[in-house]
Amino acid sequence: MDTSTLDATFAALADPTRRAILARLTEGEATVGELAAPFAMSQPGVSKHLRVLERAGLVSRGRDAQRRPCRLEARPLRDALDWLADFREYWEESYRRLDDLLARLDERDGS
Amino acid sequence: MTARPPPGAGLVVAAPSDTEIVLARTFAASRRTVFDAFTRPDLLRQWHGARGWHLVVCEIDLRPGGAWRFVSRGPGGAELGHGGAYIEVDAPARLVQSEIYDGWDEGEARVTTVFDERDGRTAVTTTVRYPTREIRDGMLRSPMRRGLGEAFDRLDSLLHHHVRSTAPWKGHRP
Repeated sequence: MDTSTLDATFAALADPTRRAILARLTEGEATVGELAAPFAMSQPGVSKHLRVLERAGLVSRGRDAQRRPCRLEARPLRDALDWLADFREYWEESYRRLDDLLARLDERDGS
Repeated sequence: MTARPPPGAGLVVAAPSDTEIVLARTFAASRRTVFDAFTRPDLLRQWHGARGWHLVVCEIDLRPGGAWRFVSRGPGGAELGHGGAYIEVDAPARLVQSEIYDGWDEGEARVTTVFDERDGRTAVTTTVRYPTREIRDGMLRSPMRRGLGEAFDRLDSLLHHHVRSTAPWKGHRP
């Protein structure tokens, strides 16, 4: 997996406002104005967060010149969740080897 | 013959606070045996690692203040080293050690491992505490490193129903 893309994804997700924007976008696409409404934040403030999300590939903007609606891009999030599964599977595999080793040690000790 | 848990069963991975990661698992062996498996290089080399990663350096000076160092080699010959010092050694019940990955001094973690035996089985709970939440989340950046961000706890539930589907995102609820 491309770790620089993951870095950008995690950096983008580190901010609560950006996570809230993503949560809103899971309900469907929205304009900057619609996204700004629930936050006590100016449209330029929201736009700044959107640029971070866009750079991380988490959000794309529509071509409609007037509205330029934002939509969620699922791929980087899916990669990130896959990574989490990777972490878990990594230790599961390692610990299964430990199970086998412990069984051999028990046999050797005659317990 | 000792009853053994099904393969991979019961591994718990959790983020109990902003700066911690916990890994818990029960093993079908005595606490002494499990403690040895976590602290003797000849035994660690036989199990530590997965996905083609294995230990090529494993040095342990098991006493308070004693140093430890692991180097793992992975697919394609990639190597990742980490090490630190033991802070508490209470065999076979408890270990506290520092952990630093090579080239990432600011990420120094404190790792506490507790071995708890009950009915011949041993529960191992490893708690890794990082200096800050940002550093903990930063551990997500390497496939060999440990990490679990709060962002993921939230996102996992948020996205579980939305992103798991293989269909391209269409901006609607399923």
